[in-house]
Amino acid sequence: MPRIAGVDVPNNKRAEVALTSIYGVGRSRAKEVLERVGLDPSGHPDSWSEDQTKKVRRMIEDEYLVEGQLRTDVQMNIKRLMDIGCYRGLRHRRGLPVRGQRTQTNARTRKGRKRTVAGKKKAPRK
Amino acid sequence: MARSLKKGPYVYYKLQRKVDELNQTGKKKVVKTWSRASMITPDFVGHTFAVHNGKQFIPVYVTENMVGHRLGEFAPTRSFRGHAGSAVKR
Repeated sequence: MPRIAGVDVPNNKRAEVALTSIYGVGRSRAKEVLERVGLDPSGHPDSWSEDQTKKVRRMIEDEYLVEGQLRTDVQMNIKRLMDIGCYRGLRHRRGLPVRGQRTQTNARTRKGRKRTVAGKKKAPRK
Repeated sequence: MARSLKKGPYVYYKLQRKVDELNQTGKKKVVKTWSRASMITPDFVGHTFAVHNGKQFIPVYVTENMVGHRLGEFAPTRSFRGHAGSAVKR
């Protein structure tokens, strides 16, 4: 289990998938890194030599924004929107979808689990 | 799709004219505008705009952070007062 950017990268997965367990590294970035180090995307991380692991770690930690730093950046961006009082910021404050989606139905990802409202009329049956 | 860089940011020409005037004379005055689609450019910073929301003019004081947004983003067009019978919120 090589440790990269403070996360254990699983050995039992193909390298291009294993690297995605790092926040900020998805499939494309994982492939890019592997290609530049010259590793097989299908090989498992335990087949890497000490040197190769080091290279991968250096590349990910130094060249990309990942994990903690990336999370703070995202939070800062959201905070900025909320502080300037623009529409997107207001939506963030309310926990509603930000990009103009409908909210009469759906939008459960943003709104969280359904909260039942007392006295709400059921749809009439025929 | 983003707007072509060649064109530069969209600012209603009459609004731009008014802002230029304010910047030249160094005066601070509230600029009434209906142009919600106008992009806030760096020369807007420090001025106050009264942005129409369809009913009233909402005063918007422009700070540096707002550059790149549009005036309309700061003047909400809907007011959600909560559902009937739900006392919670805010």
